[in-house]
Amino acid sequence: MARFFEQLSRFFAPDNLGLLWQSIGMTIGMTIIGCGLGFAFAFLIAITRQSGGWASLPLRVLATLFTELFRRIPFLVIIYLVLFFIAAFVRGASLFLVAIVAICIYATAYLSEIIRGGFDSVPRQQIEAATAMNFSRWQTLGFVIFPQSLPVILPPAIAFAVAFIKDTSLVSQIGVFELSFRGKELVNQGMSGLFVFGMISLIYFALSYPLTRLGRWLEKRLASSRGQGPVRQLRQS
Amino acid sequence: MNYTFQFGVALKRLPDLWQGALLTLELGLLCYWGGALLGLLLASFKTYGGWIGKGLANAYVTFFTNTPALIQIYFLFWGLPDLGIVLSAFNAVLIGLTLNTGAYLCEIMRAGFLSVRKPELEAAEALGFSLWQQIWYVIVPHIAKTIYPALANYAVVLMLGTSMAMIFGVEELSGRAYNIASENYRHLEMFTVVAGLYIVLTLIASLLLALVGRTAFRVKVRVF
Repeated sequence: MARFFEQLSRFFAPDNLGLLWQSIGMTIGMTIIGCGLGFAFAFLIAITRQSGGWASLPLRVLATLFTELFRRIPFLVIIYLVLFFIAAFVRGASLFLVAIVAICIYATAYLSEIIRGGFDSVPRQQIEAATAMNFSRWQTLGFVIFPQSLPVILPPAIAFAVAFIKDTSLVSQIGVFELSFRGKELVNQGMSGLFVFGMISLIYFALSYPLTRLGRWLEKRLASSRGQGPVRQLRQS
Repeated sequence: MNYTFQFGVALKRLPDLWQGALLTLELGLLCYWGGALLGLLLASFKTYGGWIGKGLANAYVTFFTNTPALIQIYFLFWGLPDLGIVLSAFNAVLIGLTLNTGAYLCEIMRAGFLSVRKPELEAAEALGFSLWQQIWYVIVPHIAKTIYPALANYAVVLMLGTSMAMIFGVEELSGRAYNIASENYRHLEMFTVVAGLYIVLTLIASLLLALVGRTAFRVKVRVF
């Protein structure tokens, strides 16, 4: 018991709290930047995959290959691939950049599937009607497809981003200073693994659980406003 | 831009990587079936367990789905020795991923339980179906239709997730690639080859699962 209180006071010492705070910021920051960029790229990919005609065929094939291939590579392997690729071709890139690129690739691959599902959920007649009213392709996308697919896209996309808070723990493996990395440092400094990883998992829980609830609430709200069931996507933690 | 790729060195080690791939499959299958049993148990607690069973199952699922699998395995591997329980790397990963998978599969299976409606069973009874006929013609198709695609999807996701074992020094596909790369310093080529192997393996797995789903349970599963 005395050991427990000693550990507790060490864990909550001001300098450790400062470092923990920094690592939490890193975890959240990586998730937001990576998934935000990923969403933008995924949107481009989804639009590319939707376009018709012969001219864009190579682009379409590339976009499809990108999503299908990168969804079948483990995130950890993507991290190492990006690390070694960047190390081979770019001088002096920071580990943070490596992490962001890896997250971005992974998020793009998954989110583009979600966005494509959202686009597909818009009834065909809507698009036919837009064509009949002489809307251009971009007008159709902007005024018809996008507003209607957003309530379908948003809940699973948010669920993906929230789940990604947990996945970023893998980035600690290449030495990015985030929450699980800090936990490992503390254990290396001689603290009890039981205590440290218990606390770290509680912090992850505190980050992830409220956002999960928020996502679920949003899902219900958006789904009922459109009068259709929510789209579910399963993902690994 | 002055890097020369030498894939020959990496491709020469394919037999070694194949051994790793077998370990990946073994780990994935063990975790999946362990997780499926655990998930079934949790899901039945959640549906029929009364408020205590329900609360316990809920707490378990909420905790395990809201913390990273990596931290759970860290806890088993570096935390439990404090209590005098020392697990080997393989066992720690196996137990950790099984516990984690159980939580996710519980959610899927519960949806399956809820998909069988009472009036349908009553209708089957009224038509003179025996118990086994009811199970095979009414309950199984319903459950299969709701959960098979999600279960098949999770099997692939889990297969990718086992790459985490590399962090603990287990020599599965990516772990073995890492170890070989630290011998021949061809990290980039090794990991490219491994990524390709993962793609091929999961594609085969997806195709097989879709085939089984279509022939055995009459369920359509998307491969792409």
